[in-house]
Amino acid sequence: MSAREFWRQAYEIMRKDLKIEGRAGEVLSITVPFGAVALLLLPMAIGTEKAMLARIGPGMFFAITLLFGMLVAFRQSATDDPAQRELLTLLGIDPAATFVGRSAASALLLLGFELVLAPIDVVLYNPSSIHGWGWLVLVVLLVAIGLSLVGTLAGSVTAGLRTRATLAPLLVAPLSVPLLIASSQVVEALRLDRTILNWVVLLIAMNLALTIVGVITARPLEETSR
Amino acid sequence: MNTPLINLENVGVRFGRLTVLRGIFLHVDPGEGVGIIGPNGSGKSTLLRVLATLLRPSEGTGNVLGIPLNKEPTPATRRRVALIGHHPALYGELTLEENLEFVARLAGIANGSVRQSLEKVGLGGAMDRRADHSSHGMQRRVEFARVLMTQPDLLLLDEAHAGLDKMATRLVEATVNDVKRRGGSVVLVSHEPDRMLPLVARTYELVGGTAVESLT
Repeated sequence: MSAREFWRQAYEIMRKDLKIEGRAGEVLSITVPFGAVALLLLPMAIGTEKAMLARIGPGMFFAITLLFGMLVAFRQSATDDPAQRELLTLLGIDPAATFVGRSAASALLLLGFELVLAPIDVVLYNPSSIHGWGWLVLVVLLVAIGLSLVGTLAGSVTAGLRTRATLAPLLVAPLSVPLLIASSQVVEALRLDRTILNWVVLLIAMNLALTIVGVITARPLEETSR
Repeated sequence: MNTPLINLENVGVRFGRLTVLRGIFLHVDPGEGVGIIGPNGSGKSTLLRVLATLLRPSEGTGNVLGIPLNKEPTPATRRRVALIGHHPALYGELTLEENLEFVARLAGIANGSVRQSLEKVGLGGAMDRRADHSSHGMQRRVEFARVLMTQPDLLLLDEAHAGLDKMATRLVEATVNDVKRRGGSVVLVSHEPDRMLPLVARTYELVGGTAVESLT
């Protein structure tokens, strides 16, 4: 299959997933409000001291993103039923293209989720002591990509299993830990004016590794899910 | 002499210790329709999945569309097969037209064919309706529109007549005849042999899922 054909297939899968999500509204009407409520509830649970909230605000943002991001990655529109999976196979779709297209759709939705939550986090926690917001934007993007790759990979591994709903989050949780640690450490390093390069490199390396694993395993996983 | 589009020799399928199919011999020539009947659980749908290249048999030899059963078909070969199963392969949130457009774009078919195909199956006035807001019969007709659009060489129908009215039944017949006329093959699986018989040259019965026996 030519590279052009591969990317065309990935684009069509992404476009279809986004269109379905646009109609289903799962992320916009359920996940985003719940994420915002979680950000709102946390200060009530741990106290409203301004300095403390300013310090934990960015970390809370990434923790909420990772927790609720799982719901974005496992949304209904990212799940094909057996008949739909068979249709894609008979249409000659490269399973790796499905992986890439689906991950791209999830990454865009996660980015949207983060963009809605970010201003809420700023208003509630006022993390004014952080420098280098440009770097934070990059980290937000890398976390969105990383979590979408982890979620899509877990979705591929558990496709067709009855225990999917339980198993998929259990797979995602440990794989998300490096994303949470790296993103939190970037925030802390920015606050203390330290270098963040190592953590950014870790995020990029993890995203690359997840992409390679997802692409390589896509076909065997697709065959076992039939 | 025509090369058969389907040629199974002593094919069997096992899931763990469960033997679903055993000793299946099946030959289907170009332009031919074959029917498979049998009770629930006899392995009819499993056999169709083998023919659709979605399931590799545990034993036996043969080929489908010239590709040996133990080899992964190319995407181009896969596109020559159409399977209409129990459950419609549609995306509920997309309209009927969008469902076909998705297939057309992936199969490299001109977009104009989408509307034409939907009109042919009597859904010209319902193109903008979401698939999950459409009746079972309408969803079935979209699947036949997909067949008309993609023009497969091998059409596999699993209980194609189930839940269809007279008009849709005529559509099944027209689609089957269209594939055969183009030199393709059709395999129909049904509980209702009477509705299937006019469309097939031979009928086989799966007895306990262990053998195929000609009734002709």
